[in-house]
Amino acid sequence: MGKDQLVRFEQAILPHLDAAYNLARWLTRNDHDAQDMVQEACLRAFKFFDGFHGVDARAWLLTIVRNTCYTWLEQNRRGQAMTSFDEEIHTVEEDALNPSALALKSDDREMLKQSLEQLPAEFREVIVLRDLEELSYKQIAEVINVPLGTVMSRLARARARLKGILCSRLKEKP
Amino acid sequence: MDCTNAQTLLDGYLDGELDPVRNLEIEEHLHGCTRCSLSYSDRQVIRRGLKTESLYFKAPADLQKRIQRSVRQAAKAEAPAGWLSWPWLRFAAPLAAAALVVLMLVPIFGGPSSDELLTQDVVASHIRSLMVNHLADVRSTDEHTVKPWFNGKLDFSPPVSDLAKQGFPLVGGRLDYLNNRPVAALVYQRDKHVINVFVWPADNSGQTGGPIKTLQGYHVIRWASSGMNFWVVSDLEQNQLAKFTDLLKASATTSPS
Repeated sequence: MGKDQLVRFEQAILPHLDAAYNLARWLTRNDHDAQDMVQEACLRAFKFFDGFHGVDARAWLLTIVRNTCYTWLEQNRRGQAMTSFDEEIHTVEEDALNPSALALKSDDREMLKQSLEQLPAEFREVIVLRDLEELSYKQIAEVINVPLGTVMSRLARARARLKGILCSRLKEKP
Repeated sequence: MDCTNAQTLLDGYLDGELDPVRNLEIEEHLHGCTRCSLSYSDRQVIRRGLKTESLYFKAPADLQKRIQRSVRQAAKAEAPAGWLSWPWLRFAAPLAAAALVVLMLVPIFGGPSSDELLTQDVVASHIRSLMVNHLADVRSTDEHTVKPWFNGKLDFSPPVSDLAKQGFPLVGGRLDYLNNRPVAALVYQRDKHVINVFVWPADNSGQTGGPIKTLQGYHVIRWASSGMNFWVVSDLEQNQLAKFTDLLKASATTSPS
């Protein structure tokens, strides 16, 4: 691997480290493992950089980060949020149809963070990719490797669930 | 448009991912339906919260340096001929091209050695396993824990033996990917030195063994026995590593596994 290749790799990939870290941080839910995931993903990306001919380096890197994180999740958190995720049996939660006139205050960051962390990884990642990373549906479909149509329905379920969690937390709050 | 339709399209509308016709339809519906428009404003509230409450985790300052370091190290391991600087290569390239033509005419030599590439891969895998804190997927000094762990993860069962008594304790096992296939990586230790043993089924294409190789300060020893390829890599001193491989060979032939 030549020096040119290394420079090309660094120019294409390093600008997206924030995106990579943000996704890894949300999937692993801690800083230390997130850093390891990003490093491992970058090494993989480097190894397969010859095969990258696209223009969207961010989506490409995020795909690798996501795969690295899922391998890690399967190995480290067996049985937690990863087992038999079935799109069919996860119907839209009732809360989706129950409008609530939700109100969030500016000091609710921690609550939002905890609620999002509580979601299964498959739901958490679509919200992170859409609302934090601001990827298009097309990019999300590429990163999580599902058909375009699935992106919208999964986002709908994810947001409905998140709303459900937020509503019940808000009720508990004094 | 009815409420069920509107609900399934609400997220696409929120995200600006609908076509203009659908956009109009849903806007009309939202005007006339309190339930759906409340549901829509809930989504807006949550999204606004996610965006403004700074839930975006930026990469720590030193992560980029750490990654640059490890990638450069991996690049070096993959291209070990660092002394072969670029200007030098300009003269060498035509020679190499000529040599390649000759090699292609004489198939016996088989082109640029896949063996060398594999050696580089093995060393790179070894370095990676040390760098990213991913030495073992299963941590155990017990061969009867490590061996069954590979069941269902690989299409073969690698021979595993603990050599603790001989001074090379087993640390654990890991899945790795080499030579275009998943392989078993067994991890041993001698003092502070880590030894990776990569095992996968031998095909008939050769690579039955070879002299000890040294790359980037790592020694590589490989052989094939009982239908398996073994590649041992470590920074352990050469003679000690040779002793380790002798022990491993002996235990592989004596143990029933």
